[in-house]
Amino acid sequence: MNKFWIILAHTYMTRLKTKSFYISTAIILLFIVGMANFQTIVDTFSGEDKNQIAVIDESGELFEALQANVSSTNDDIELVAVEESEENVKEDVQDDVYQALMVLEINEEQLPEATYYSNNITESSTLTVLEQQLQQVKVALATTAAGIDQETITDIYSPVTFQKIALDESAKTDEELSQARGIVYVMLFVLYIAVLMYGTMIATDVATEKSSRVMEILVSSASPVTHMFAKISGIALLGLTQIILFVVVGYSVIQAKQEELTGGIFEYFGLQDTSLSVYIYGVIFFLLGYLLYATLAAMLGSLVSRVEDVNQLITPMTLLVVAAFLLAMFGLNMPESTIVTVTSFIPFFTPMLMFLRVGMLDIAFWEVAISLGLLIGTIIILALIGARVYKGGVLMYGRSSSLKDMKKAIELTKKEK
Amino acid sequence: MTLMLRNVTKKFGPNLAVDRLSLEIPESEMFGFLGGNGAGKTTTFRMILGLLDRTDGEISWNGEKINYDKSHLIGYLPEERGLYPKLKVRDQLVYLGKLRGMEKQDILTEIEYWLDRFKVPEYMNKRVEELSKGNQQKIQFISAVIHKPKLLILDEPFSGLDPINVEMLKEAVVDLKNQGTSIVFSSHRMEHVEELCEHLCILHKGKQVVQGSLRDIKRSFGKKNLIVHADMPLEFLQDITGVVRFKKISEGCELQIENEDVSQKVFSSLQNKGFVRKFDLEEPSLNDIFIEKVGAAYE
Repeated sequence: MNKFWIILAHTYMTRLKTKSFYISTAIILLFIVGMANFQTIVDTFSGEDKNQIAVIDESGELFEALQANVSSTNDDIELVAVEESEENVKEDVQDDVYQALMVLEINEEQLPEATYYSNNITESSTLTVLEQQLQQVKVALATTAAGIDQETITDIYSPVTFQKIALDESAKTDEELSQARGIVYVMLFVLYIAVLMYGTMIATDVATEKSSRVMEILVSSASPVTHMFAKISGIALLGLTQIILFVVVGYSVIQAKQEELTGGIFEYFGLQDTSLSVYIYGVIFFLLGYLLYATLAAMLGSLVSRVEDVNQLITPMTLLVVAAFLLAMFGLNMPESTIVTVTSFIPFFTPMLMFLRVGMLDIAFWEVAISLGLLIGTIIILALIGARVYKGGVLMYGRSSSLKDMKKAIELTKKEK
Repeated sequence: MTLMLRNVTKKFGPNLAVDRLSLEIPESEMFGFLGGNGAGKTTTFRMILGLLDRTDGEISWNGEKINYDKSHLIGYLPEERGLYPKLKVRDQLVYLGKLRGMEKQDILTEIEYWLDRFKVPEYMNKRVEELSKGNQQKIQFISAVIHKPKLLILDEPFSGLDPINVEMLKEAVVDLKNQGTSIVFSSHRMEHVEELCEHLCILHKGKQVVQGSLRDIKRSFGKKNLIVHADMPLEFLQDITGVVRFKKISEGCELQIENEDVSQKVFSSLQNKGFVRKFDLEEPSLNDIFIEKVGAAYE
C-alpha cells in the first residue's frame, strides 16, 4: 500500500475511534434532531398554557372590540372579562391565577385608556400586542366619532402596493434571493465550523506527533510532504464522514417532518429548492476553503513543540476565519458593497465571500474564475511553503512558538553553498 | 551494501555542525560514533536518512542516493524516543511497520517474535504510556528493526536501560549484524562501542578527530596504561621521563606512559624498592583516547 494511504487510513481510524469524536458527533446530531423538532418542542411547552389576562371594563363597551382584535391576531393571549373588584383581581394576579390585570376606561374625550397591572413587566410581547390592539380600537372609535365610515378607514390602513422588479434580466428575483440567502447562510456556517474544528484537529494532531517525538520516525519512513497531505486528507475524510452523517440524519428527520415544517424555518433558509449551480459552487468553495486553511493549520502545527502551544499559534488563523465570517454576515444584507467585492478576491476570504456573491448576485464568470485561480494559486504556494516549513519544523524543538520559527524552519531545510 | 560519506558538511546559519566528515561503513559492520553532546552525531544521522539536506559533500549507499524509496531497507532509532503514547503496542508497530513497506500479517509474526525475545509478550495490547521507560525503549527498538533493515541507525540505543536489558538489546544488535545488517550507532558509553564495534570515529564539534578500526586506533595512539600494585610509596614514578599521567589508587597507582619502552624504565626503577604485587601493561581504553583527543580539542 502506498504510504500516503497508510498515513491517511491511520489518521482517519485513530481519530474515528476516539471518545471525543463520538461525543461531539452525538451532540451535533442531537442538535439537528432538536432543530427539526423545534416547532413541536415549542408547542409542547407553550401550547396549552395561554396567557390569561383579566380585564375589568369600566366603560362596558371596549372589551368586546378589544377581544375580537386580540383573538384574531394572537393565539397565545386570552382576555377574560371579570366583574370582581380591582383589589381582588390584583391578588389573583399575585397568586398567578391570571397573568395580568388590565383596567379599561373611557376618558372625557371619549377615548379609551388602559392600566396594566402585572407581577413584573418583562413580558413585553404581550404588552406590545395589547397596546397595539387597543390603539386600533381607539382609532376605530375616534374615526367613527369624527364621522368617517369603516370602509374609508380600511382603505387608509391597507398596505401600500410595493413591487420590486430587477431590470437586469438574469438578476435574482426576490424569492430566489431569499432562498440563496438561506443556502449561503448554511454554507457559511458549515465552512466556518469545519475550518475551525478540523483545522484545529490537524494542528493538534501534528503537534501531538511532534511532542511525542514519533514524528522523527514517521518522516524517516515517509516524506514530510506526503505525511502532511495524508494528514490533511485523513482529517478531511473524517469531516466528510461526520458531515454525511449529519446530512443523512438531517434529511431523514426533515422528510419525516415534512408537513409540519413546510413554511417553517426551512423555507426561510431556502433549502427547499435552490438551483444546482449554487450547490456545485458551494462544494467547490467548501473544498478549496478547507484545503487552504487545513494547509495553513498543518504548517502552524508543525512549528510548535508542545500541544499546549497549538492554540496560541493558530490564533491568527482563527482570526482570519472569524473576519471572513463576519464580513460574510455583513455581506448577506449588502452583497454589492465594495468591501464585499474587494475581499471576495482575497484568497483567505474567497471561499466565504465569493460564494456569497455567486449565490446572491449575478456574477460574471471571469470574476469567479479569477478568484478561484487566486485561491488555488495561494493553496499551491502555501502547500510549497508549508512543506518546507513542515520538513524543518518537525525536527525543530524549542521553547518558543512564534511565527519567527517559520523562518528558522525554512532555513533548516535550505541548502547553503 | 556500503555506506559512504564523503566530505559531508552541514551548516546551520554561521554554525558549522558537521565539518567535512568522510567515512565508509561496509556491509555486516558495526560502526561506532562517539562524541560529546552537540558533536554532530544526530545531525549526521539525519543527513544520512535524508531528513536534513547537507550543505556540501556526498552520501551514498551502495553507490546510490538514499531516498524514501529505500526506506524499507533502513531502520532508525532516534535519540529522543518517540511513540504514540495513547496507541497500543500492537497498533503502533503495525502502523510503523506498514510505513516501512511490510504486510500486516508479517508484522504481527515479527511483533510476537520480538516481544517474546525481549520477554514482554504481555505488552502486545497495552498502551505505550502504561509501559516503563525501559520497556518503551524495547518497543522503540522493535519498531526500528521489525522490517529487517539492511542499514540500521541507532542513536544512543542503550541509554536508560538496566544492565540486563542492555545485554538483551546488545545481543539483538549483534544478531542483526551477523545477518548482514550494517549498523551505525552512537553512544557516549565507551565500553559499548569498544565491545561492539570494529570501526569507529570520534566527533568533536563536527570535526572527525579520530577514525579507523578499533585496533589501529589503539595502536596508533601509542600511549599505554601501566598498573602497579605495591606496598611502598610510588610517587617517585611520576618523575620518570615518559610518564604522562600518574594516578594514585588504593592498591598502588595507574600510570599512563608514552610508549612501551617507558614500562622498562619503570620496571627497573621499582627494583629493590619493595614488594610489587602486580605490574600490568595495558592497551589504552577508548575512554583514555576519547578524553585525550576531545580534551585536546577543547584546549
